Amino acid sequence: MTRFRRRRKTVIVSFAEHEADILANLLRNLVELLYDGLPPRATESSDPLAALLDSDGPTSPPEDVVLQRLLPDAYKQDDMASAEFRRFTERGLREGKVTDAKRVLSALEESGADEIALEPDEQLSWLRALNDLRLAIGTRLDIKDEDDYSTWEKLPDDDPRRLTYDLYDWLGYLQSALLHNMRH
Amino acid sequence: MTTAPSELESPEVDEAIELSPPWVTIVWNDPVNLMDYVTFVFQTYFGYSKAKAEKLMLQVHQEGKSVVSNGNREAMERDVEAMHTYGLWATCEKS
Repeated sequence: MTRFRRRRKTVIVSFAEHEADILANLLRNLVELLYDGLPPRATESSDPLAALLDSDGPTSPPEDVVLQRLLPDAYKQDDMASAEFRRFTERGLREGKVTDAKRVLSALEESGADEIALEPDEQLSWLRALNDLRLAIGTRLDIKDEDDYSTWEKLPDDDPRRLTYDLYDWLGYLQSALLHNMRH
Repeated sequence: MTTAPSELESPEVDEAIELSPPWVTIVWNDPVNLMDYVTFVFQTYFGYSKAKAEKLMLQVHQEGKSVVSNGNREAMERDVEAMHTYGLWATCEKS
């Protein structure tokens, strides 16, 4: 059972070992997904100005639905403006999400089953990474709105989505528990 | 050393700039993000009070969207980018 407690501004989390492994695996998948389809950064030899301005990013939304949710359009009704925004920001957004995920991952790998002490800036990375995992799994499950909640809760044990939903639910518990230990 | 261009054109001033309405950042409802987390993001990133952050979060939850900030276009794009960093679904538009 995962437990959270607080010592001044530090949040201390302890996982059962299998829980740490599950979380680490989910994060590794997320990192892989975020790297997927990202064109390499322009090098000095190809386009120095683009590299300098960091303006060589993709201009169309990713094909994968999870990536579409993690890297959404910035404009609802202006595809050109969305493309331009994406060109300048998508790479950085992906890299920021990877950095958060890797930060959690290395803490899990270092600690094993021991307690992990999270300082305030690490807590932010954990919150964001847990949220990205929930967005990824929620999108894959095609969770639509709050009304679906009871339906999901009542999925029969033999439903193929049951295990995935349980993971999603558990991640929500982790995020919520971390948040509450940060705030009070 | 570089030389100044021989013909320096005066920059074109867009007179509409001063008159144009400010832009807004909108956060949209989604079924995944936890209400407490959305409130936390509004407090942390925008520096809003808990009361204001909760009000905006409830507006997102109940009405499907909420204007969370306004300003010039660059500032709104920065806010949208920050919201995406936190996993909130945000867009910007002219108000």
